[in-house]
Amino acid sequence: MSERPALLEVRGLDVRFGAVHAVNDVSFTLPAGPYGLGLVGESGSGKTTTGRAVMRLAPIGNGSILVDGRDVTRLRGAELKRSRRLVQIVFQDPDATLDPRMRVGSAIGEAMLAHRLAPKRQIGERVGLLLENVGLEPEHARRFPHQLSGGQRQRVAFARALAVEPRMLVLDEPTSALDVTVQARILRLIAGLRRERRLAYLLISHNLAVVEELCEEAAVMYLGRIVERGPTSALLSNPSHPYTAALRSAVPHIGVRTHARPLVPGPPPNAAEPPSGCAFHPRCPLAIDRCRSEVPAVRPIATGRVVACHRAEEVLAGG
Amino acid sequence: MIDPTIDRTVGEAGAPVLVAGRFRRNKLMTVGAALALLIVVVAVLSPFIVRSAPEAAHPTQTLMAPSGAHWFGTDQLGRDVFSRVVAGARVSPVVALLVLFLACTVGIPLGVAAGYFGGRIDEIIMRITDIFLAFPALLLALAIAAVLPPTIGSVTFAVSVTWWPWYTRLIRGQAASVSGRPYVEGARAAGVSHTRILLRHVLPNSLTPLIVQVSLDVSAVILTVSALSFLGLGAQDPTPEWGLMVSQGQEYFQTQWWLVTFPGIAILLTAVAFNLLGDGLRDVLDPRRTVVH
Amino acid sequence: MIPGQPRLEIRELTVAFGARVVSDISHLAIAPGEIVGLAGESGSGKSMTATAILGLGRTAGASVSGSVALNGRELIGLPERELRHVRGRQIAMIFQSPVGSFNPVFKVGDVFERALRLHGASKRAAREQAASALEEVLLSPNLLDRFPHQLSGGQAQRVAIALALALRSEVLLADEPTSALDVTVQAEILDLLRSVRKESNMSVLFISHDLAVIAELCDRIAVMQRGKIVETGLARRVLTEPSDPYTRELVASVPRLGTGMVAG
Repeated sequence: MSERPALLEVRGLDVRFGAVHAVNDVSFTLPAGPYGLGLVGESGSGKTTTGRAVMRLAPIGNGSILVDGRDVTRLRGAELKRSRRLVQIVFQDPDATLDPRMRVGSAIGEAMLAHRLAPKRQIGERVGLLLENVGLEPEHARRFPHQLSGGQRQRVAFARALAVEPRMLVLDEPTSALDVTVQARILRLIAGLRRERRLAYLLISHNLAVVEELCEEAAVMYLGRIVERGPTSALLSNPSHPYTAALRSAVPHIGVRTHARPLVPGPPPNAAEPPSGCAFHPRCPLAIDRCRSEVPAVRPIATGRVVACHRAEEVLAGG
Repeated sequence: MIDPTIDRTVGEAGAPVLVAGRFRRNKLMTVGAALALLIVVVAVLSPFIVRSAPEAAHPTQTLMAPSGAHWFGTDQLGRDVFSRVVAGARVSPVVALLVLFLACTVGIPLGVAAGYFGGRIDEIIMRITDIFLAFPALLLALAIAAVLPPTIGSVTFAVSVTWWPWYTRLIRGQAASVSGRPYVEGARAAGVSHTRILLRHVLPNSLTPLIVQVSLDVSAVILTVSALSFLGLGAQDPTPEWGLMVSQGQEYFQTQWWLVTFPGIAILLTAVAFNLLGDGLRDVLDPRRTVVH
Repeated sequence: MIPGQPRLEIRELTVAFGARVVSDISHLAIAPGEIVGLAGESGSGKSMTATAILGLGRTAGASVSGSVALNGRELIGLPERELRHVRGRQIAMIFQSPVGSFNPVFKVGDVFERALRLHGASKRAAREQAASALEEVLLSPNLLDRFPHQLSGGQAQRVAIALALALRSEVLLADEPTSALDVTVQAEILDLLRSVRKESNMSVLFISHDLAVIAELCDRIAVMQRGKIVETGLARRVLTEPSDPYTRELVASVPRLGTGMVAG
């Protein structure tokens, strides 16, 4: 792992929506860029809520979120506004991500105006540059969202996020709603931006292959908890948690299948009525009595890797 | 790939359907605008169009049927109905528009704030709104108008007070839905101020259902005002208020139909005009009408 | 039925909205028990093709011409009366949003009952067939008493497949049936489709934008672009050695596991 200072540090994050414990004691660190940390999981895993909590778009219970060393969880007013510049978000749905009544250029310039980053007359020029950065033309600034394709709209979303010159981005399933050829182009855009701006990002995705392409490190989430975290390639080639193994095996492949398939039977868990002990135990092929009663703690298992499983060593050895 | 000039949400079948809708609505809006213009012209030029003083009573010429001398006949006090209808163009539509304007001025900001901020603010605003809505509108307007001097101004105020809660409730749902959308969340996350978000994002995207509702309400307001006038709480005789004319003419309806019919048609035309205008306005405000260069 | 005859055969099928042609298929055949994948991005016309096969093109506002033959019997132009017997019974369809395609006011059991009785079964027989169909898809017959919103996405999709089984459908049109499901649930549904094909010899037309899923499940694949089929063949061959440039672009765009980081 790197010794660079942490850009984002999440400690013991807890988010509840009524009876549902959406994010449960989640901790991870994101160093300064270029760096990508992927949050992987299926529906109900809490990955999206975690990303939104980092943006202060979700109600935070316990825990702290430190951006550049400062806890942003309880900030208000002008301080909160200043901290907003550091982290920006790109959403999943290109249709709802832009105000249909606003020209694209105005949307991009809006945040710049809010933070007084440039005098009004210069904003147009800056917006043009940003559009070029994301692979569009400056003249696109005059268009309305419905005059652009889905992929173009997503590019505008990136331009808007980059307008305030953030240190890091939260990317919430940025390509899931796009056609596969468009998806590939947006992934290339992310890789390019990462290179040019030394960007750090939290990439939330259910797609393991996308995470592998763009993230040095990955954290797998299940029912609000992190079950495994570590360097992406190590994690995916040698999982230490049964869920990671199952997830990897369930991914369909073009061409030769590389892994045998341990199926995870039964429906996904109900967040309102979580299982006792380890939340994965009803579907886990390795579950023992201890798993039913005791929630496994997150502990180190190898260099730079942590896992929350009572039988992690066996999983790792099994390969 | 996808044709960017076509609204994606309409779907593949949208292309021919969308074009037809736009064309049809443009024709209707033109009709609405023409009617509204007619009413405005009549109102402005009314002193020159009337054939006799609208308030002058002629006891010897009461209840005369429409004829060459009196195009719309005369009423129970011998006044020329045509002149009264024309003069009423300066009263009834103005009152209706004023009522709706006041209702919007109060109702929209409250509704938008409730929808956007949610939580306690939403609760407080909606509780107040519910209290107003708990009273039957007419009774509430009556109660208010009763304590005020009987003028057209009082009745305008009274009806506005009973009208705004509906708009608050209507726009609150829209505002809440818009406030949850990614572009609003993104603006918040970017540090844009609440004021700017409300004015530039939430308000414009919440207005559409309200525009239609307001345009439909024009006739309802005229009739509500007329009910109050009829009860003596608003416009008083001899003010040529259309609703009042309808109310007063009702007892003669079986035989002297012209007392009710002509002011009634005036109300109808006003309602239709604003209804069509409302539809057209909603279209005009839709950014999807912009054509790609 | 003539041996060797495809179960479903499409010839010169054109689906258009006025002058705009959204689907233009010169030939596509599905053999009994075969799973054919129809791949394409949005706007490729794959969903409208399925709609046209079911005879619902006109309902969607499109004009349909050409031939769709089920076991040799022409479907295009059949009167609505007869098409209703074909739809659901001989050709079943499942959709991307299974919970959304069930009427929320009817229990699962009621849906089965109505469908089966429509095609001739008695009330009691319908109930029994429904229970055994659910068991075939590894669901408990208790689910017959549930409402659609009380089912998970995966369960709802299984119920939809069970319905096709109960009706002894010969062809299943599946329009993005796993796109809205978690990947672990998706894997189960794909397994289910494979076993269903084996047990009942059902033919499946699997429509999807996800090439990897098609690679896993389908015997043959047809790739659509802007309404036309640009390449067909054995799924394995087409997806590992595509000959058409668009297919190549599609395949190259799919992110692969095991290829490591792209960014510098």
